Amino acid sequence: MSQVSPGPPRMGFFTDTSVCIGCKACEVACKEWNAIPEDGLNLTGMSLDNTEKLDANTWRHVAFIEQRKPLAFQEPGVRHTGPVPDLATPPAEAPMTPMTPGEPGDLRWLMASDVCKHCTHAACLDVCPTGALFRTEFDTVVVQADVCNGCGYCIPACPYGVIDQRKEDGRAWKCTMCYDRIGDGLQPACAKACPTESIQYGPLDELRERASERLDTMHAAGVTDARLYGDDPNDGVGGTGAFFLLLDEPEVYGLPPDPVATTRDLPAMWRHAALAAAGLVGAGVIACLRSS
Amino acid sequence: MGRPRDALTGVAAGRRRRRGRGEQPVVPDAQFTSYYGRPVVKRPVWRTLDIAGYLFVGGLAGSSSVLAAGAHFTDRPTLARAGKITAAGGVVVAAVLLVHDLGRPERFVNMLRVFKPTSPMSVGSWLLSGYGPAAGLAAVSAVTGRLPRLGTLATVGAGLIGPTITTYTAALISDTAVPAWHGGHREMPYVFAGSGASAAGGLGLLAAPVWENTPARRMALMGGIVELAAYRLMEHRLGMVAEPYRTGTAGWLVRASEALTVAGLAGAVLGRRNRLVCAVSGGALVSASAFMRFGIFKAGVASAEDPKYTVGPQRERLNARDGSGIGRV
Ligand code: SF4
Ligand code: SF4
Repeated sequence: MSQVSPGPPRMGFFTDTSVCIGCKACEVACKEWNAIPEDGLNLTGMSLDNTEKLDANTWRHVAFIEQRKPLAFQEPGVRHTGPVPDLATPPAEAPMTPMTPGEPGDLRWLMASDVCKHCTHAACLDVCPTGALFRTEFDTVVVQADVCNGCGYCIPACPYGVIDQRKEDGRAWKCTMCYDRIGDGLQPACAKACPTESIQYGPLDELRERASERLDTMHAAGVTDARLYGDDPNDGVGGTGAFFLLLDEPEVYGLPPDPVATTRDLPAMWRHAALAAAGLVGAGVIACLRSS
Repeated sequence: MGRPRDALTGVAAGRRRRRGRGEQPVVPDAQFTSYYGRPVVKRPVWRTLDIAGYLFVGGLAGSSSVLAAGAHFTDRPTLARAGKITAAGGVVVAAVLLVHDLGRPERFVNMLRVFKPTSPMSVGSWLLSGYGPAAGLAAVSAVTGRLPRLGTLATVGAGLIGPTITTYTAALISDTAVPAWHGGHREMPYVFAGSGASAAGGLGLLAAPVWENTPARRMALMGGIVELAAYRLMEHRLGMVAEPYRTGTAGWLVRASEALTVAGLAGAVLGRRNRLVCAVSGGALVSASAFMRFGIFKAGVASAEDPKYTVGPQRERLNARDGSGIGRV
């Protein structure tokens, strides 16, 4: 084997939450494609979010946030020539739908589809003692179910609380970025199902460029709250393969504001553990010295 | 989760912060926001009895091997034998607890499928697979009197690997996103080493006659003092994340542990000529170590369950870094 063929580029998700309509098509498509077990129907009282969180049986989760906060100032006429029609204009005659001109309100509804971040420095993968978690040729992070022995270490290691144990079989499960689909050149099920292209799949480089343009557009349009999350290769996890455009601080969406892969500090932990162990040997020697 | 939810807003606590509009930044920055108060990181799925129990038993066994080796070479046979039996018994219990906690126990051998220095659990599995046989052999030889040379070799081996069994578990729990564990990653190994040494000393005090128990007392003293000091340092360094160590079940476990350690050490020193006082003090020290491990375990779980311990320190860090509290905007 003398020929080294360059692998495929790193693939990723760009989730632009500003166009999410909260339809949950991604959740459904993910469950369908990956044959994820049903996990109960709960009414949580958390706006329209009855899924609650990412876990072993939820690999896409749409968050809903209702805020007493003015919607980013909307200018209905901004892309239209001519006057903005009256509120009572029948839809058939309206140049744009939905027709929602008026004063900026004091309620806004944020929606965001969350997913495994496929971290550059993935703590889950680092701590997995069996090698069940591995990095694919697409630079995504996947669990091999036949190798996982259910030790559970990856679960508290993930800084985003993504991966979780399935009680029925004891193993750890999470988003695979549809490893079985993307290998065949298909898009992941969630991206395919998303009707607004809030979930975009593609080579990470391209997505980052697109996201940066989108952010500029948003800022130019006066949506100053918009920000990218996970796009910075210098953050605590080395940037994420699945990154987001958010309209508020990450913690509002249940995301950690400054996540760090725990293994970044592992060299220090090993140093201290070794020193402490050496101290213990020393203590044993001192303890047993004959005093005479 | 039975707590009532605020259906109207995703802002569970705290205030929105926008600076640079002529208003003074408000200090201190103890407020935070979350998604309906839901945890950000997942709490460990490990069962308390299995894993906190393992932390304790592993520490006791590993440190007992050290004390046993010392006693072995300084001609204190009862103390040496007690330490070896404790270590061997401990390692069996530890293995049972670990396998029992796996989601798929039948696949436990996958632990030795690879060696990964980035995974303390992998490193620990390999350490245990070297330590177990050594500790077992040392004990069997001590009890039966057979194979004395191999027994001595095993005693040395167990005495050298034992300390790593005691302290690697600190890296094991600290190498997670659990705020109360990760935040204490520098001090945790010393807490564990101290706690293990004090438990091993306690066991020696419990098992050995007064004319042989000096090493046990010294071990307990050194261990207990290091444990108390390192723990205090850790609590201090953790800042607001120390709260889970002070409240709830973890709070009383840790306080009970500290009290038992102090009482045990006092008894071991003051009652050094009295067999009964020594034994009771030893028992107190062993239970103190168990209480400490269970307390630390519970504190970690509590810190993962409340988003404020994850978000608070991260937000503070961010604000300190860019002064705005907002990402790329
Ligand atoms: S988000 Fe969590 S589960 Fe996903 S790759 Fe990163 S550490 Fe692993
Ligand atoms: S639960 Fe499975 S995937 Fe997670 S760390 Fe353990 S062996 Fe690896």
